[in-house]
Amino acid sequence: MATWSEAEAREIVRRHSGREGPLLPILHDVQAAFGWVPPEAVRVVADALNLTRAEVHGVVSFYHDFRAGPAGRHVLKLCRAEACQSMGSEAMAQMILDRFGVAWGDTTADGAVTVEPIYCLGLCSCAPAAMLDGEPIGRLDRAVIDDIAREVGR
Amino acid sequence: MTTRIFVPRDAAARAVGADRVAEALQAEVDRRQLDVTLVRTGSRGLFWLEPMIEVETSAGRVAYGPVKASDVPGLVEAGLSQGVAHPLRVGRPEEIPFLQRQTRVTFARCGVVDPLSLHDYRAHGGYRGLARARDLGPAGTIEEVTASGLRGRGGAGFPAGIKWKTAADAAADRKYVVCNADEGDSGTYADRMLMEGDPFSVIEGMTIAGYAVGAAKGYIYIRSEYPDAIRTMERAVAVARAAGCLNGFDLEIRVGAGAYVCGEETALLESIEGRRGQVRPKPPLPAHKGLFGCPTVINNLVTLSTVPAILADGAKAYAVLGMGRSRGTMPIQIAGNVRHGGLFEAPFGLTLGEIVDEIGGGTRNGRPIRAVQVGGPLGAYFPRALFDTPFDYEAYAARDGLIGHGGVVVFDDSVDMARQARFALEFCGIESCGKCTPCRIGSVRGVETIDRIIDGDRRDANLALIEDLCQTLKFGSLCALGGFTPYPVMSAIRHFPEDFGRPRHAVA
Repeated sequence: MATWSEAEAREIVRRHSGREGPLLPILHDVQAAFGWVPPEAVRVVADALNLTRAEVHGVVSFYHDFRAGPAGRHVLKLCRAEACQSMGSEAMAQMILDRFGVAWGDTTADGAVTVEPIYCLGLCSCAPAAMLDGEPIGRLDRAVIDDIAREVGR
Repeated sequence: MTTRIFVPRDAAARAVGADRVAEALQAEVDRRQLDVTLVRTGSRGLFWLEPMIEVETSAGRVAYGPVKASDVPGLVEAGLSQGVAHPLRVGRPEEIPFLQRQTRVTFARCGVVDPLSLHDYRAHGGYRGLARARDLGPAGTIEEVTASGLRGRGGAGFPAGIKWKTAADAAADRKYVVCNADEGDSGTYADRMLMEGDPFSVIEGMTIAGYAVGAAKGYIYIRSEYPDAIRTMERAVAVARAAGCLNGFDLEIRVGAGAYVCGEETALLESIEGRRGQVRPKPPLPAHKGLFGCPTVINNLVTLSTVPAILADGAKAYAVLGMGRSRGTMPIQIAGNVRHGGLFEAPFGLTLGEIVDEIGGGTRNGRPIRAVQVGGPLGAYFPRALFDTPFDYEAYAARDGLIGHGGVVVFDDSVDMARQARFALEFCGIESCGKCTPCRIGSVRGVETIDRIIDGDRRDANLALIEDLCQTLKFGSLCALGGFTPYPVMSAIRHFPEDFGRPRHAVA
């Protein structure tokens, strides 16, 4: 993940300048580039789109996806919605949180992994479901949790 | 002759190892220098059998599942490419009872074709709908959609043809078609499967809608939780564009950012425009004043994907299916604690008992079914006493429930319904857009009140308070998020009163 660069942020904005309603695509690309949406990016984007910083901040803070701080090297999203609940996802999630020593939304002290709640991944017939760095994982059980822990180096 | 072996690339199949199976197969094919081509498809939707692979034989396709990567060498050794007997062989896919009982209209190609092959798409009936629409003309196309009885599959059930006619009749030099693929309801994945398994049906449906209402631009708004679907849809749009299939209609994909409320149509439009996904009061209707203030047809993805088949085979063929005012088929998504979970497309009218007991086969762990939530997080929890309810918009409404986007989530007898009611209110609070007071504040007060009930604090007074709060939410909210949260809450209280106000169950 790149460190903050105003030039890169301006380049992202420029890339989307021809679009109608470019703010969300820009913010997605900013987060893809820097791992989060830094306050400096809010200033740059607001300036380029002729919006106030408050307006851009309002959008950034509205959507769960946009991070107000950097995440760990891996991001593990655990589904907490009903279909997964019916298959014991909450107990499974607690097991993972305990194992990594984190609370929801936290990153492990070594920066290895951030564990976030998510409400439905559309894998509801293979519950409980999770997503590790964008890759879908279904039928979560102890063995699968071991695989995940290995993958993130814990 | 080259043998084709089909392995799904559907996200749910990948989630249970389809990629590892495909890699193992390729390695085995290479090692033995077999004349075999691997084709990655969508999923048939029989998820307890995933990863399910299919082999093309002279007698049709033969399926095997659930296949693990470690099964592959043995399968190939036994003669997989001839479709031989094996403990994992489940026979011809079309003859698996779960598929045999279905009427696949919208999902006819899903899991069968290579999702990114226009040749496959056309060979399986694709683009016949658009050709017929062109013969009928814009007005004739709208009449056909109206005559089919197709209603909004996102959950609202509004007649698609009437929506289209309203947008077509609106005078404007710019109009839009928007496909709502912000499929946030737990227990649903029909949009995801179509995007990953038959993306051209979405594109054709939108092209037809654009032609019918006079729109030159379309947006597909896909939730960010679906990276696989986004990838496949992006590629499919590029393929269609390069092949000249869009024919003057331009399509763009927009990715959501984790806000459930953006599945509400006006919040979705706000989001595309680059704002907080806050609900707009109606009127004006999007068909009059929608995206960027222009007349906009906004439909759920399943609705749009069904249009090509309706046009291709005629409104009548679709309208003869179903019951009452619910015409055609519905892709029911059977999920949660269920033995045979998967996508079941059938004409409206199946009872809930048929769906979860006969088709779903009961719970996955064999315990008795206690509750079934139909229609996502805003849908009611039904007890066994209501299992005779037919799958139909009006029948569910009459029992204070909804069919929503067709999600059916099964719970066994360990479920604590007070916790489920609490979750419904908590979810409403997490996802509330904040625009209207009942939803923004009522959800939080509701959680606090349920907590008191769970703690046994003035049970009756607090239950009365919840009921009153639910009335306010139902009639005072701007959109379905606040307006329908009372369904899961009140159904849990009404049908499972014994779970409220007793000492808390130990969490399993």
